[in-house]
Amino acid sequence: MRNIIRRDGEFFQRDRDLQPQAYTPIYKTSVARSPRHALLSIDNSLSEITGPMFNHNELGPLDHDMLKNYAKGGDPIGERIIVHGRVLDENGRPVPNTLVEVWQANAGGRYRHRNDSYLAPIDPNFGGCGRCLTDEDGYYFFRTVKPGAYPWRNYVNSWRPAHIHFSIFGSGFAQRLITQMYFEGDPLIAKCPIVNTVPDREATARLVAPLDVNAGVPMDMLAYKFDIVLRGRRSTLFENRLEGN
Amino acid sequence: MVQPLGYLKETASQTAGPYVHIGLIPKQAGFAIFDNDFGGNLVGPKTRGERIVIEGRVIDGAGELVRDALIELWQANSVGRYNHPDDRQDDKALDADFRGWGRAGTDFETGLYRFETIKPGRVPGREGKLQAPHASLWIVSRGINIGLQTRVYFSDETEANAADPVLNAIAMRERRKTLIAQKSSRDGQTIYTFDIVLQGDNETVFFDA
Ligand SMILES: [Fe+3]
Repeated sequence: MRNIIRRDGEFFQRDRDLQPQAYTPIYKTSVARSPRHALLSIDNSLSEITGPMFNHNELGPLDHDMLKNYAKGGDPIGERIIVHGRVLDENGRPVPNTLVEVWQANAGGRYRHRNDSYLAPIDPNFGGCGRCLTDEDGYYFFRTVKPGAYPWRNYVNSWRPAHIHFSIFGSGFAQRLITQMYFEGDPLIAKCPIVNTVPDREATARLVAPLDVNAGVPMDMLAYKFDIVLRGRRSTLFENRLEGN
Repeated sequence: MVQPLGYLKETASQTAGPYVHIGLIPKQAGFAIFDNDFGGNLVGPKTRGERIVIEGRVIDGAGELVRDALIELWQANSVGRYNHPDDRQDDKALDADFRGWGRAGTDFETGLYRFETIKPGRVPGREGKLQAPHASLWIVSRGINIGLQTRVYFSDETEANAADPVLNAIAMRERRKTLIAQKSSRDGQTIYTFDIVLQGDNETVFFDA
């Protein structure tokens, strides 16, 4: 009996036209932190197509629930929301069991971080980070509050649109990605130098999560849907002889 | 007209920002939230292999220390096999006590990052050409728009390094040494020092892999 088996091979070449360049003077910190030499193009080897794997035992039951995972006797202040979506690859296939980590400011725009001194108050019931593994369909979800906008020193009066930072692993180390999710309808998005490091307007639009009323909970929370696409992988098709010849 | 190919497009990268620690290493941000934090120690008492430390600093184009970077490390085990189903080198043993991955922030004061790990074995590259022992690194921080990928090789592997297909792909020979960590010993530990220069004279070679 013969079967065609599809094995995952190397990753598709990254489309750099859709990704920010390293040197983007509109985002001033990039000026001194951007390589000047061209990147060295290397073919994928085992070192690039493999990557770390995580399992459910490593995560706590509330790690994905930012309404509860730092609560000290109360709920965090802010608009309660669900953020959910799927992690897919460029072939449209789900990326299952991959670690998704998020972090964000509280509803006032303040981070729980020793280096953040913005005058908005710390929320005693809000840590601002969460993590989960995608399921077999690449699906993930978090519960949280909608983060506030905050000012930062780029131009004299630069403000970050409300955003949630996302870190995603994928199945191989060359798929590793960090990005930010924005919220539909926010007028600060178009003005943001960090958003505008991405040269392609359709690519920035894909960073904006639409309101997803259907996925919310009546009288409780709204939902936003954010799908993430990682690099696709070539398939190596070959004939597999299951038994003898 | 033709049919659309139907591929999706990769999500655009955005900087990890100054507060990456909250999400990925919350202890460094200054609070405890998860029972199990990921960190820079890759080894347990039962891990097989030679204990080593990989440490260094990240330096920007002005020569300043980057004190808010996050670095992830991915490597094979002591016999050169990755703990991943796509590594099908069944002649090499997996090590149940070694995932091969860790993450570490540069220190807010000293700028130092540090991994405690084992020396990786050699892994085959393309067309079966053996690669020199190495670990893959990925660097993000405020001001870095898309994670920078590179490799750390080891200064005491002169012969293997000379035959490594990736090192040899670097046309400017001088730049090859930016990927080689210098071996020393301190308090009985083997230390490999690997500074990452984001920009300038000794700029580290970064990959589009
Ligand atoms: Fe932020």
